[in-house]
Amino acid sequence: MRYSDEFRAPDAVAHLAKAIGETVTRSWSIMEVCGGQTHAIMRFGLDQLLPEGVKLLHGPGCPVCVTPAAVLDKAVEIAGEPGVVFCTFADMLPVPATTGTLEEMKASGADVRPVYSPLDAVRIASQEPDREVVFFAVGFETTAPANALAVRLAHDQGLRNFSVLVAQVLVPPALEALLAEPDHLIDGFLAAGHVCTVMGTSAYEPISATRHVPIVATGFEPVDILAGVLAAVRQLEAGEARVENVYERAVAAAGNMSARQLIEQVFTQVDRDWRGLGRIPASGLALRPEFKAFDAEHRFGPVDGHEPAGSQCIAGLVLQGKARPDDCPAFGRECTPQHPLGVTMVSSEGACAAYHLYRKWEGAAV
Amino acid sequence: MSGDQAGLNCPLSDTDIPRIQMAHGGGGRMMQDLIRDIIMPAFRNPLLEQNHDGAIFPGGEGDLAFTTDGHVVQPLFFPGGDIGTLAINGAVNDLAMCGAEPWQIAVSLILEEGFPINDLRTVIASMAAAAAAVGARVVTGDTKVVERGKGDGLFVTTSGIGRVRTPARPLPEAVQPGDAILLSGDIGRHGIAIMAARAGLSFDRPLESDCAPLWPTVAALIEHGIDLHCLRDLTRGGLTAGLVEIAEAIQLALEVETAAIPVSEPVRNACELFGLDPMHVANEGRFIAYVPANQAQEAVAIMHRFGGARAIGRVSEDQTGAVVLKSPYGSSRRLRLPNGEQLPRIC
Repeated sequence: MRYSDEFRAPDAVAHLAKAIGETVTRSWSIMEVCGGQTHAIMRFGLDQLLPEGVKLLHGPGCPVCVTPAAVLDKAVEIAGEPGVVFCTFADMLPVPATTGTLEEMKASGADVRPVYSPLDAVRIASQEPDREVVFFAVGFETTAPANALAVRLAHDQGLRNFSVLVAQVLVPPALEALLAEPDHLIDGFLAAGHVCTVMGTSAYEPISATRHVPIVATGFEPVDILAGVLAAVRQLEAGEARVENVYERAVAAAGNMSARQLIEQVFTQVDRDWRGLGRIPASGLALRPEFKAFDAEHRFGPVDGHEPAGSQCIAGLVLQGKARPDDCPAFGRECTPQHPLGVTMVSSEGACAAYHLYRKWEGAAV
Repeated sequence: MSGDQAGLNCPLSDTDIPRIQMAHGGGGRMMQDLIRDIIMPAFRNPLLEQNHDGAIFPGGEGDLAFTTDGHVVQPLFFPGGDIGTLAINGAVNDLAMCGAEPWQIAVSLILEEGFPINDLRTVIASMAAAAAAVGARVVTGDTKVVERGKGDGLFVTTSGIGRVRTPARPLPEAVQPGDAILLSGDIGRHGIAIMAARAGLSFDRPLESDCAPLWPTVAALIEHGIDLHCLRDLTRGGLTAGLVEIAEAIQLALEVETAAIPVSEPVRNACELFGLDPMHVANEGRFIAYVPANQAQEAVAIMHRFGGARAIGRVSEDQTGAVVLKSPYGSSRRLRLPNGEQLPRIC
């Protein structure tokens, strides 16, 4: 089984880059929503293949980046409680809360366990009944089904020592919020393919229609991304704005029905704070009342706290596509992955980290 | 009082105890027996049988290389090897990168109370086989036991001495502009095999660690008169570290073609799944060689006998100390060391 070769083929990439060049007659700014796409663009140097007029803006689709500091503070606080096993996806470990990181908590003796799946956390809870097992349920629609499944399993198994700290966020309300900004620069979106795999594309129809922006469901390989850009610029050049799917091998219009049902069954839509973007109405998920017993905030107290005061960091502007990482005066100087000022530099999917790791080589000594 | 007195003898011989106990590290009889029954027979040679704190031996002629390496892998047994093969090959490969034929090896074991003796036997047998495969000998060692919970089953530290066989010392400073950069085989298999074992993943075709001794390949290169300017084995930090460290040391740019870097299909797929870049993933049986451009073809042909070697780039005259990765699409970027550990990502 080949997952990626044909979608990385140099001749297909060259063909698409040429087609984009031939299509474009003026300047367009297209936002790729997902941090995974940002990384692929930088890793393969795809931005270097685009004509001058086509600019890629990097969107907020990095769950690590948009999880508010107050939630991270709560995570760190819970991890420090005696008897708690705090389970998390590994890339949350190095993200600084105002009070430190989960990685630091782990090093100082807290039982913080990186897991590959929320189901691992359920298994730990059933194997270690004397411990309070908490799973950090972060992410977009992509992680929501498995996180919902974990809660339902814990419920069905009657586990009393399992809970989730929920920081689930949703893409379509965030796109709405970005477009509602009066000074936004976005002409079109490459929607995150994995999110569309779960949720389908119907939620984007009203956004595309009312805001008159092309929204193209796009994958993560070089051929996928350039095909997404080509579809977007073709629409823009033709004065069209509709939802298009160039990631057909993974995305069905209706999404994955069983995954959607699972989300629906366990979660309900709520307002959420986004780091860098502020509060966005109906942009997140919380547990339904019948699963309240599995809510870590119910067990350990609610998330409360404020975002730390701003430094030089412009992560908020970067997450909204209003600035690029290298627009920041601190980029690569005061702010590096070793000494990050903002979360977009910490996260493996953050745009600043992508720029730092994969910056175009221009022959300058750095 | 003699232990032979009736009623004071233990009914079981010590080595029948199925698990490591704290006493195995106590320096007493049980430790003696452990060494005598399990470790000595596997490595048997006159220097080890000196039973001293270290091995004493004539230096011979020419340069000696000396190295040491600690090993804390989990799981201890993984597809393609175990901590024993890893530990011996760790020392062997460090020596090979010095152009040195592995010679004498020291092994230090830190065992956790409760560790199964049979697992120890397996690891020791792997070590003996790995040492024998390159004609090296384990000539001294040390054994400690820590309380349950204070170790992770077994930690192994190996040190090695080798005899340098290259006419000139292969060191970063010997790398010249124009040198070819050769890679000895496909990358990332060890890191992915370990990660897959930890995550309980299986592959359609089994993925084994690349853990292997590099000395046979290096010996063949030396034998054929290849001028080895520098050698670097790829361990933690992967190919990225092997390139970036050299570029920074010599303050010359390295130009590398990504399309030339072999990555096996299972590794590529697993990297996609985990969100990792195979360039950064650990190897235990791969190295890069910096050789004069006019010997590159011959060197690749020699290396190819031991695996899928490829020329992947060249050392440029550009004094920036950067590694420049060129994509098959005509774009390029600077290769940088990732920050810290490689962590599987959320989505």
